Amino acid sequence: MIFDEHGERELTAWMRAAQDGDHAAYDRLLKTLATGLRPVIRRRRPFLQPADVEDIVQDVLLSLHSVRSTYDPDRPFMPWLMAIVRNRMADAARRYARRAENEVDGGEFPETFSPVETKDTQADLIDEEAVALAIDALPAGQKKAIEMLKVRGLSLREASAASGLSIAALKVAVHRAVHSLRKTMRGMS
Amino acid sequence: MDTDQIIARLAQDAPARRLPGPVARAALWISVALISVGAVVYAMSLRPDLAMMMSDVRFVIEQVSALLTAATAAVAAFTTTIPGRSRAWIALPAIPLAVWLSCVGYGCVAEWLSGSAGFQSDWLCLPAIAAVGAIPAVAMVAMLRAGAPLLPRTSVALGGLAAAALGDFGLRLFHNADGGWMVLVWQLGSVAVLTWIAGRAGPSLLRWRHLDQPR
Repeated sequence: MIFDEHGERELTAWMRAAQDGDHAAYDRLLKTLATGLRPVIRRRRPFLQPADVEDIVQDVLLSLHSVRSTYDPDRPFMPWLMAIVRNRMADAARRYARRAENEVDGGEFPETFSPVETKDTQADLIDEEAVALAIDALPAGQKKAIEMLKVRGLSLREASAASGLSIAALKVAVHRAVHSLRKTMRGMS
Repeated sequence: MDTDQIIARLAQDAPARRLPGPVARAALWISVALISVGAVVYAMSLRPDLAMMMSDVRFVIEQVSALLTAATAAVAAFTTTIPGRSRAWIALPAIPLAVWLSCVGYGCVAEWLSGSAGFQSDWLCLPAIAAVGAIPAVAMVAMLRAGAPLLPRTSVALGGLAAAALGDFGLRLFHNADGGWMVLVWQLGSVAVLTWIAGRAGPSLLRWRHLDQPR
């Protein structure tokens, strides 16, 4: 349980007051819930990054807000809240699994192309330049995708927001770009 | 937007009007739905043998159980959109539905034993039930959207069952196909198909509202 008996009574009172139009009570309720939910989500989903945990907290608060009219003040608040929390966490888990399943592993760029020349600083410089040239030679869309996702290290979501391209289009572009780069680099070696 | 900003924005919103309980909402829905079904039945004209059919116990039980199936499915549908309510409510329409199926099943067996089982195609039943139940179905979806989409498939399937059962109740007031097998295959079959379609459409019809808006 997130809150002790006293905390639950307080939350119930704030929710009832919020339904009667008390904005300050609603503000207190949402802040207390945000603080209480973070450790619960972290404990139940230890593999999530802090940003993902915050996403779920925000999702719960927005969900709660969108269905606040369904709360019956004659009933306890916690079962109502926890049904929403469980639903949003399950949805987040599905989204996370889908994302993990659909991420395209574009592969790592080789740091060197010949193990014999690993210590050769000059060779490293040449390779870096070759990679840069090969990226430059890519079609514009593929170049943009590879720069954002592999050079700058943006996530698919961030790259999609920055470029205006869909996540699916970015995946296809980066996949094709990596394929072209591999071919180009093989040709050079 | 960070969490504190979201909280500040949400706290400024006007309070939402409390939704009435599931039973009250089901009562409101069935009142509106019955008016709509009544209008369709009036437009199609009552079957001429209706007075005689009212003395047929099987017909009366089937009609009453169809009506009760609609009412209980509506209560169950609305209950599934209230967070924290028991999922056992989903089984509520099972009792009148079982009575309805048993009664129709009894009719089928009786016809088969007496050798009077007649069966013919009646494809009109599906669109007719859909047409009679259309306005109730639209009203049901609109009312379900006021709740929480915790189980969208189940909620809309139960709503679909309620509308289709009411559609069949209306259909039998102007359409005289009362043979056991006819009712089982064409009418209850249509109710099952419409319920299934509604369930499939559930996730598209019931979504968390904030997910459609930019944060």
